[in-house]
Amino acid sequence: MISSWSIALLILGPLAAAALAFTFPKQGRWMALASAMVTVGAVVALGREVLVGGVQTHHVGGWSAPLGIDLRADGLAVLMLGITALVSSAVTLYSPPYFLAEHDAEALHRGRYFWPLFLFLWTALNGLFLTADIFNLYVTLELLGFAAVALVALAGKREALTAAMRYLFVSLSASLFYLLGVALVYGQCATVDLPSLAAKAQPGPTLWVALALMTGGLLAKAALFPLHFWLPPAHANAPAPVSALLSALVVKGAFYILLRLWFEAFPALMTPAVAQVFGALGAGAILWGSVNALFQKRLKLLVAYSTVAQLGYLFLLFPLAAAREGGFLAWSGGLIFLGAHACAKTAMFLTAGNILHAAGHDRIKDLDGITHVLPISAFAFGLAGVSLVGLPPSGGFAGKWLLLSASLAQGQWWWVAVMLVGSLLAAAYIMRVLSHAFTNVSEPRRPHPIPPVMEWTALALAVLAVGLGLAASWPAELLHIGAPAALGGPGL
Amino acid sequence: MIEADHRIFLLAGAVLFAIGFHSLVVQSHLLRRIMALNVMGSGVFLVFIALGSQAPGPVPDPVPQAMVLTGIVVSVCATGLALALADRVQAATGKVELEDDAQTHRNATDATKESRG
Repeated sequence: MISSWSIALLILGPLAAAALAFTFPKQGRWMALASAMVTVGAVVALGREVLVGGVQTHHVGGWSAPLGIDLRADGLAVLMLGITALVSSAVTLYSPPYFLAEHDAEALHRGRYFWPLFLFLWTALNGLFLTADIFNLYVTLELLGFAAVALVALAGKREALTAAMRYLFVSLSASLFYLLGVALVYGQCATVDLPSLAAKAQPGPTLWVALALMTGGLLAKAALFPLHFWLPPAHANAPAPVSALLSALVVKGAFYILLRLWFEAFPALMTPAVAQVFGALGAGAILWGSVNALFQKRLKLLVAYSTVAQLGYLFLLFPLAAAREGGFLAWSGGLIFLGAHACAKTAMFLTAGNILHAAGHDRIKDLDGITHVLPISAFAFGLAGVSLVGLPPSGGFAGKWLLLSASLAQGQWWWVAVMLVGSLLAAAYIMRVLSHAFTNVSEPRRPHPIPPVMEWTALALAVLAVGLGLAASWPAELLHIGAPAALGGPGL
Repeated sequence: MIEADHRIFLLAGAVLFAIGFHSLVVQSHLLRRIMALNVMGSGVFLVFIALGSQAPGPVPDPVPQAMVLTGIVVSVCATGLALALADRVQAATGKVELEDDAQTHRNATDATKESRG
């Protein structure tokens, strides 16, 4: 019974807070704080319930599938909810001084609209991770897209508005591709319930077309190379807390649906060729994103291109987890990598926001001496970099290590080469920032002061990204619960 | 006879979707692109309805119709958001088309220079 309550609270909590924050704009930050406390509590309660009692299901309104909509929490869902709660709580703490620090009336106005939109985004994410129904996934995906686009537009500058408009076109058309796929799946299987689909799906031309449409749409939303073109301008031009949410969480929503579709609903269609195509696109993303990150002049664009690259690693999960041997190893490796990336990327964007505030710009070549001004932020950036590069003992290392072990065990050595080159390139672009940041300047500049909470939240997330490597067995244990049967059983 | 009918609608839906997507890619005027999205959406809805009429018996399957209703609500919201954003884009750039990123950056730099000069 507790699980039903916590599942309901995870969606209704942020939703109620969003509605209240919209009605009482001045209280937005307190609504978000209340929502953060409720959500963290609910995730912990639900996590315990899942660890003890296995997969939890809640029938919305007492109507069970196929007539009603089922909400379902397994290990994977709880992990994603937990990552979302962590990142969103950090953003909740970081944002009030961020929007106040700009001092002009327009910034305050932006701050007011930030809270309801942020809370709607949080609601949509929680809904997405708990949904076990491919049509309801479409609805949550759209809610997520609307909130994300509006948050990008919040910056108000022409670059941000243009990026938001382009993001909206990509997001809406991608959703329609997904929806057309849902229609065909329903026509074929007469259900949209994820667990029932696995039993009813018969591989055939209609299902292949349906799955191709859905996958195409989701890849555009997940910004996988070569459909990543909209991401760098949208993520780089948004306000810092928004960039953090987009890079850490929003793109992963689409990735999560892809996992559910290919490993849970239609494992029969997951042929080796399909798996290799996913892997090849991921490899393309790693190389293309890293090389582009290396040549960026602005810090936020560098971090955004790094997201393009890091998303590539997530897609290496497909060829590695689809293999019979060591499938679960790669599965948990990819998802631990996802968690580490979420924490590290949030820390990086928040740090970039601090630098932008203190120095008034984020040109990488003019960052010299920033370590004297913002020592904590510089340290946070370095620590987050450790996880992005994948140095031990960080979460990024643990994730990559599991992926590497799986690919060596399966003899898929080409992915090993891609991962190693990607790590070297990541080290290069992180060092490029740090080498400028640690240069001494003869005459120190006078920066704007930064509220300490903005520095400490960034550092806390960077520490988490590194610490995740030491606690990597915990998420792996959670992921066993309700893991797809296609992984060859959780015993590996 | 009924079988043939539903295939026509299915085909019409697919064609509408393709026309809409084509316009979204080739058109540059923001209003035309927003309309293109709506045409795509109508195509998807038509496919849903056509597939719902496949059901055995005299009554069509109500589930796809419920989904289309939800889809229409979403698409109205999407159009509203897109129109509002297009309005803001026009107010900020003076154009009803999207500039490419290099162009945006150049214009923004020019604007800064002008305001300084």
